[in-house]
Amino acid sequence: MYAQALDQKDKGPKVVEDPEKLARFEARCAADEKIEPKDWMPEAYRRTLVRQVSQHAHSEVIGMQPEGNWVTRAPSLKRKAVLISKIQDEAGHGLYLYSAAETLGVSREELTDALLSGKAKYSSIFNYPTLTWADMGTIGWLVDGAAIMNQIPLCRCSYGPYARAMIRICKEESFHQRQGYEIMLTLARGTPEQMAMAQDALNRWWWPCLMMFGPPDAISEHSSDSMRWKIKRFSNDDLRQKFIDATVPQGHFLGLTFPDPALKFNEETKHWEIGPIDWDEFKRVLAGDGVCNRQRMRVRRQTEADGAWVREAARAHAKKRAARQALQAAE
Amino acid sequence: MSEEPMPLYEVFIRPKAGLSHKHVGSLHAIDDTMALHMARDVYTRRAEGVSIWVVRSNLIAASDPVDKDMLFEPSVSKIYRHPTFYEVPEEVGHM
Ligand SMILES: [Fe+2]
Ligand SMILES: [Fe+2]
Ligand SMILES: [Fe+2]
Repeated sequence: MYAQALDQKDKGPKVVEDPEKLARFEARCAADEKIEPKDWMPEAYRRTLVRQVSQHAHSEVIGMQPEGNWVTRAPSLKRKAVLISKIQDEAGHGLYLYSAAETLGVSREELTDALLSGKAKYSSIFNYPTLTWADMGTIGWLVDGAAIMNQIPLCRCSYGPYARAMIRICKEESFHQRQGYEIMLTLARGTPEQMAMAQDALNRWWWPCLMMFGPPDAISEHSSDSMRWKIKRFSNDDLRQKFIDATVPQGHFLGLTFPDPALKFNEETKHWEIGPIDWDEFKRVLAGDGVCNRQRMRVRRQTEADGAWVREAARAHAKKRAARQALQAAE
Repeated sequence: MSEEPMPLYEVFIRPKAGLSHKHVGSLHAIDDTMALHMARDVYTRRAEGVSIWVVRSNLIAASDPVDKDMLFEPSVSKIYRHPTFYEVPEEVGHM
C-alpha cells in the first residue's frame, strides 16, 4: 500500500441511509468489531473500500513491471530465483486484494476494465524507471519497506476480508524488504563502482518513496470518515516519519548519504527531520505524467490481450469436458 | 473487454495433518482442476498446507446475518449448557 487513495474522500452520489442501521454500524466500528461482506454497511463505506482495495490491487499488479525489467539481467542464478519469487508474490498480493474487493459487490472484470481504461489509479512509485541492478535493492528495501509501514495498521482494518488479505501480504513483504537490503549490503561492500551504483539508486528513489505515504496532513483531503470507520489508523505524516526514522540509520549503516541536505537528527524529539518534498512532482506523476506511466499501461494492456487466447482455450476445454461428462452420465 | 466471467471458487487449506481445512480466500477458475492449480500457486507458496479443497462459491449455502440473533441467541441464554453452570464441592476434586 499505497496510501495515496486513503485521502480521497468518497465523492459518489449521496445515499440517504437508514439512521438506525447507520447508528448500529458506527457503533460496531467504534467498538473495533469487524465488518463482514454480508453485513449491512453504508454505501460510502463500501465505495471507499472498493476504491482503496482495488487501487491497492492494481498497484501490486503494475508493481511487477519495474522489477520484471531485471529478471533476465539478474547478476546470478540465486538473485534471479529470488527476484522471480518476489514478483510472483506481488501477483499473489494483487489476487488476494482483487478477491477482497469482489466481496464488496464489484466484479473482477469491472476492476480490470477500470485499470485498463485508465480510470483507476495505482501507486505513483511504479511510474519511475528501474535503470540499474541497484534499483532492485532499493525497491525491496525502501518501496516494500514503505509498503510494510503502511500495511501493518491495515491488518486491523474494520473490513474483515481486507484485514485478512493484509495479514497474508505483510508476512510476505518482510522477505521482500530483507532481500532488497541484502542486495544493497552486497553492493555497499563491493567495488567503488558498485557503491556508486547503490548511491545513485538511493538518490533517485528516496523522494518518490517518501511520496508513497500521500500528501501532507495539512493539505490532504480530510479522511475523518476513514479514521472513524477504522480503515485508516495513522495520518500520512505520522507514517512517513516512522518510515524516515527507521530507514535513515539503515542507509547510514550502508555508508550511503541521503539526497537531502536538510536531513538532520533532532536530539530533542529523537526524530530525523527532512527538507521539503516536491509535491508538484507527486501530482504530475499521479496525474499520468511520470517517466513510465504510458509504458506501464501499454504493457498491462498488451499482457491482457496476449493472454486472451489462454483464457479462451481454458473455456473451450472446460466446455468440452463438461459435455463429455454429461454424455457419459447419460450412458 | 467483455469476456465471459470465470466462476468464483472458495479455497480451503489444511495447514498440517491433524488440523481441519480452513478458509483462506477465493479465486476465479474455469473448472475444478484449474482452481486447484491456481490455489496451489496463489495460497501455498510457503508451506501453508498439506491439502487443498476448492468449491464453487455459488454452491455454498450460508446463513443470513439478519438471522444472527435468532440463530445464535440460545448459546448465550442457555448457560446450563456450560460446565461452569454446575457447582461441584471442592472435596470432590477436579471434575
Ligand atoms: Fe503492497
Ligand atoms: Fe506486495
Ligand atoms: Fe512486495
